[in-house]
Amino acid sequence: MNDILTIAMPKGRIFEEAAALLRKAGYKLPPEFDDSRKLIIDVPEENLRFILSKPMDVATYVEHGVADIGIAGKDVLLEEERDVYELLDLKISGCYLAVAGLPDTKMNDVAPRVATKYPNVAEAYFREQGEQVEIIKLNGSIELAPLIGLSDRIVDIVSTGRTMRENGLVEYERIVDVTSRLIVNPVSYRMRDTQIDELVSRLHEVVSVGEL
Amino acid sequence: MSQLFMFEKPLGMRDTLPELYEKKDRVRLSMAETFKLWGYQFIETPTLEYYETVGAASAINDAQLFKLLDKEGHTLVLRPEMTTPIARVAASKLLQDDLPVRLAYSANVFRAQQREGGRPAEFEQIGVEYLNEDTISCDGEVIALLISSLKKAGLEQFQISIGHAGFAQELFVQILGTNGRATALRKFLYEKNYVGYREHVQSLNLSSIDKQRLLKLLQLRGGEEIMSSAADIIENGEGKKAISELEELWNIVKDYGVEDHVKFDFSIVSHMSYYSGILFEVYAGKVGFPIGNGGRYSLIEKFGKKASATGFAVRLDMLLEALGGSQSETDCHCIFFSQERRSEAFQLAKEMREQGQKSILQDISGVNNLDAFTKKFAKTTFLIGGRNNE
Repeated sequence: MNDILTIAMPKGRIFEEAAALLRKAGYKLPPEFDDSRKLIIDVPEENLRFILSKPMDVATYVEHGVADIGIAGKDVLLEEERDVYELLDLKISGCYLAVAGLPDTKMNDVAPRVATKYPNVAEAYFREQGEQVEIIKLNGSIELAPLIGLSDRIVDIVSTGRTMRENGLVEYERIVDVTSRLIVNPVSYRMRDTQIDELVSRLHEVVSVGEL
Repeated sequence: MSQLFMFEKPLGMRDTLPELYEKKDRVRLSMAETFKLWGYQFIETPTLEYYETVGAASAINDAQLFKLLDKEGHTLVLRPEMTTPIARVAASKLLQDDLPVRLAYSANVFRAQQREGGRPAEFEQIGVEYLNEDTISCDGEVIALLISSLKKAGLEQFQISIGHAGFAQELFVQILGTNGRATALRKFLYEKNYVGYREHVQSLNLSSIDKQRLLKLLQLRGGEEIMSSAADIIENGEGKKAISELEELWNIVKDYGVEDHVKFDFSIVSHMSYYSGILFEVYAGKVGFPIGNGGRYSLIEKFGKKASATGFAVRLDMLLEALGGSQSETDCHCIFFSQERRSEAFQLAKEMREQGQKSILQDISGVNNLDAFTKKFAKTTFLIGGRNNE
């Protein structure tokens, strides 16, 4: 039986904030942790193993149990709908999902199109509004779509709004607020409860400091 | 429609090749043997059922059902699980004299997968149903049998987490007053969204004591020591009954001597309103998904008979994954023969088979690559040519 706990971490924006949070919770992470290009980082002194993945894939690793725990944005959880426990709002990497487009435009009546990296979220949102729209899945630079006439609207993540402003887009509706969450595989949650409970309570303490 | 490739199978459908089949068969047999030793009798039900009856009564999501039409235009479903068909048979035939009935099954069930289509859409479930008795002894027996059969199959590292469908429900109704308001919270639990659950609780117009009671629910998992914490947050009535049932179950499980594999978790809520009492999930070390689940249900009532039952189902493919890939040893003996010594070879094979030794008779002129073929067997005997040259 191995008692190393595996944590899936998102590469990029969220990583640094998540690593800082773990340090604040008293986990001793090596300095090279932050700029390593390795995909798997072992921290034997804490009995932890980190795997670095694309943010969108974190929940997938956790659902399949190859990672016991993960740190994933709420946007990913909404989009992927993986069968994992969402245990803690880490309150980092705050941003939101929004509908945006060129100023003073309306959705095309004949062929309303929405470009997004989040096809499930976008579809559900517009369905809720009683609208049938064509969802166009893109993998990045979503802002491009309205500029070159691929779609009237985009559904994308907004953190500062700068990219949108610089490309002359405006926000039409705010869909949902997003922060990073601590997620846990259902089997690990039950079979390794003591280890996981400890990690959760240590992180919970750090996170809830700002609350009071 | 894109054109089908020649070897393509419908999405989620798999072939079971001989080596895997043997492994699966061994596991199936050892589970089945245990069921039989405990006096459970195997039954079979049809693969196809009516959508309006079994399909509608089943707890499996409508979108996951494979549907087709019969000649009269009735909608049929490929059975998505075995509990509902067994409830149908039980209500119509087996419960006439109102006695407890112990049944077992191993059968393929069908569920269309919405995500990652390659996941199995047809898989084998092996399990039992203990019908028409509502004592806790009966829940205890089913759990002990589950543990015993998994051990017999060779599984060492596993855990059964037991909850109670009545507890959370009663807690919600006690605090929130109406079933409707309880549904929202149940949904968060069911979706495993504890962040959403906490936020929802905080947003409710409740005393801080009641909020604490609701939040405490999320922490109620562990050994029998959590019973007293559970008792602290619930008032009299159904909730207390849930606790006393679980306490009794714990004592039963201890008397069976299998308590090492059992933990409690009050936050387990399964399919919306499917289970009515004690329910449980089975986890194994190496697999990321539960390998089985079960509990007490009142499904038989949907078929017009008032009877309570309990049971479990284990997914054979998941169990095999949990057991890991031990190389299946070949214990087959191959007798190569040529025409001259054919009758001698047949005689030898007959003797071996009578003694229970698997043996193959192979005409040597039918094999091109003798070396490769020989490697497949534990032992070989050559009865070829005019003389004895083994």
